[in-house]
Amino acid sequence: MKDFPYTEKKDTRSGFGAGLLELGRTNPNIVGLCADLTGSLKMDAFQKEFPERFFQVGIAEANMIGLAAGMTIGGKIPFTGTFANFSTGRVYDQIRQSVAYSGKNVKICASHAGLTLGEDGATHQILEDIGMMRMLPHMTVINPCDFNQTKAATIAIAEHEGPVYLRFGRPTVPNFTPADQKFEIGKAVMLNEGTDVSIFATGHLVWKAILAGHILAEKGINAEIINIHTIKPIDAEAILKSAAKTGCVVTAEEHNRFGGLGDAVAQVLVANNPVPQEYVAVNDTFGESGTPDQLMEKYGLTENDIVAAVERVISRKNG
Amino acid sequence: MNPHNKSIEELKDIAAQVRRDIVRMVHAVNSGHPGGSLGCTDYFVSLYFKIMNYSTDFNMDGKGEDLFFLSNGHISPVWYSTLARSGFFDVAELATFRKLNSRLQGHPATEEGLPGIRIASGSLGQGLSVATGAAQIKKLNGDNNLVYVLMGDGEVEEGQVWEAAMYAAHHKVDNLIATIDLNGQQIDGSTDEVMSLGSLRAKFEAFGWTVLEADGNNFETLIPGLEQAKAETGKGKPVMLLMHTEMGYGVDFMMGSHKWHGVAPNDEQLEIALQQLMVKHASDY
Repeated sequence: MKDFPYTEKKDTRSGFGAGLLELGRTNPNIVGLCADLTGSLKMDAFQKEFPERFFQVGIAEANMIGLAAGMTIGGKIPFTGTFANFSTGRVYDQIRQSVAYSGKNVKICASHAGLTLGEDGATHQILEDIGMMRMLPHMTVINPCDFNQTKAATIAIAEHEGPVYLRFGRPTVPNFTPADQKFEIGKAVMLNEGTDVSIFATGHLVWKAILAGHILAEKGINAEIINIHTIKPIDAEAILKSAAKTGCVVTAEEHNRFGGLGDAVAQVLVANNPVPQEYVAVNDTFGESGTPDQLMEKYGLTENDIVAAVERVISRKNG
Repeated sequence: MNPHNKSIEELKDIAAQVRRDIVRMVHAVNSGHPGGSLGCTDYFVSLYFKIMNYSTDFNMDGKGEDLFFLSNGHISPVWYSTLARSGFFDVAELATFRKLNSRLQGHPATEEGLPGIRIASGSLGQGLSVATGAAQIKKLNGDNNLVYVLMGDGEVEEGQVWEAAMYAAHHKVDNLIATIDLNGQQIDGSTDEVMSLGSLRAKFEAFGWTVLEADGNNFETLIPGLEQAKAETGKGKPVMLLMHTEMGYGVDFMMGSHKWHGVAPNDEQLEIALQQLMVKHASDY
C-alpha cells in the first residue's frame, strides 16, 4: 500500500475559492454569482479583486440560476456559489430548464455537501445532490477529494463547454494530491494498484479509502484504490479494467446509496461485467446535527466501514 | 436598427397574417395555446418589425443587437410565426409545429437549434431572471443594446419573478424592458378569481422599477408605449411595461375568456377565424 504524504489539512471549498481567483486572473470571461454566502463559499477573494465581475444575488437561489443562464448569452462563463442543498434541490427546475435543457455553460459550484457540514443538521446536509444532477441530460458531475484537486477541477471546468455541477465541502481534509496536477474531466485517478478488491471512492471518502487501504494491507488484503472524481461522465474503462483484475468492488461516497457513485458504478458493471459490489453510503436516511466525525461514524462512512465492506465483498467473491 | 421598420398600416397586415398562422398551427395539431398568442401578436409584430435592433443572421451571443426572451413559453405559436415572418427561418417550417422531430417544440427550446431562441421556457417564472442576467452582461461587454422580456400576468404568481424584480432594481439593470401581458386570464379562470394580482403598477414601483402602461392591441398606442419604454432606459431603473391585451384578440369567439388558453379550434371554428383575419396579401404557409 502506497503512502500519501501531506503537509496540511485544508478544506475543499478553499480549493474552489483559490481556483476561482486564479481563473479570474487568467480568463476575463469568468463571472461569479453568490446567494449571500460569499465567505462560506470562499468567493470573497474573487469578489474583492473583480468586483465588476461578481454579482451578489442575495438569498434568492432560483433567481441566481436564471441569471447565470442569461449571463452565458454574451459569452461569459458564470460560476454560481451556494450550499449544495440550495444549489440543487431548491432550484432543480431552474437548472433543468434554464441551464441543462438550454445547454448553458453554467458552473454550479456547491459547498457543504454531504454530512460533513455537521452541526447545522439535515436541512443543510444534502445527500441526494449527485443523484439529482446525474439524471439531468448534458450535466457533468464532479466531486473532487482535496484542496489541490478542487482547485484544479475549478480551473478545468472553465475550459469545458457545458453545464457542470462541482461538489465540495467544509471540513479540512488531508491535502495529498499534487498541487500541479492536470485535472481531466471524466478520467479516474489510480491511487494504489491492487489485486484483491477495487475501491472506487469520491470526494471526502477518497482519503477514508486510503486509510482503509492501510488497514487492509495489515490484514493481507491488497486493495486497488481509484479516485472517481467525475461521476458523470463516469470512467467506465477504468472501472471495468480494475473490476476485471480484482473481481469485486466497493464504492464509497458521502451521499445516499440511491443515485450516487455506487449506482453509477453498478450501471457500468451490470452491463459489462457483473462482479459483486458493496456500497459505503448513507442508507436512505436524512442526516442530523453532530460533529462531522460523529456523523461519519454514525452513518457508516469511516475507513472501518470501508474495511468491513471489503471483507463482505471478498467473501461474496469467494463464496 | 430594425431590419424591417414597417409603417403602422403594414404592421396591421403583418399582425393579421401572424394571427392566421397561429390559428392554423394550433388547429393542425389540435393542441397549443391560441388565446395568449393572439393577444400578444401586436406586441411581437411591434418588436420584430419596428422596435428591436437585431439581425436575422442568428447567433446565440447576440452581441451588438437587442435580445428578446419569452418567459411564458406556452404562447410559442406567436413567436414562431413572428420569427418566420421576420426572416429567421422559412415560414413552411411552421407546419411542423408540435410534431415529432420538429424544431418548433410545444414550448420554445434551444435543443433543436431553432434560430431566434436563446433559452428554453415553459416552466414559468424564469425568464425575468434570464433576461436580467443577459442585460447585465450587455453592460459588462460595453454593449448598449437592450434586452426585452415578456411574461404572462398569471405568471407573476411565481415567486422567482419577485426575486428577479428585487435584484434588477438593486443592481440598476436599466437596459431591461420587461412587459407583462395583462389579459386578466389564467387556466382556471380570471386572475381575480384564481389569485388576485392587486396593483402591479404599485408593486413594481415599490420594487424600484419605472412602470409604464399601454394598450397592447392597438399599434397607435403600443408603438409609442414601447418607444417611451426605450426612452426610460439608461436612467438607473429597470423598465416595466404593463400591457393591457385581450386574450384571443382578433377572433371574436376566442376573446375575453380563459377557455381558449390551451384549446385549438375545430375545422369550422378555423374557417370562421380565418374569415375574421383578413390580410391584403395573404401568404399562408
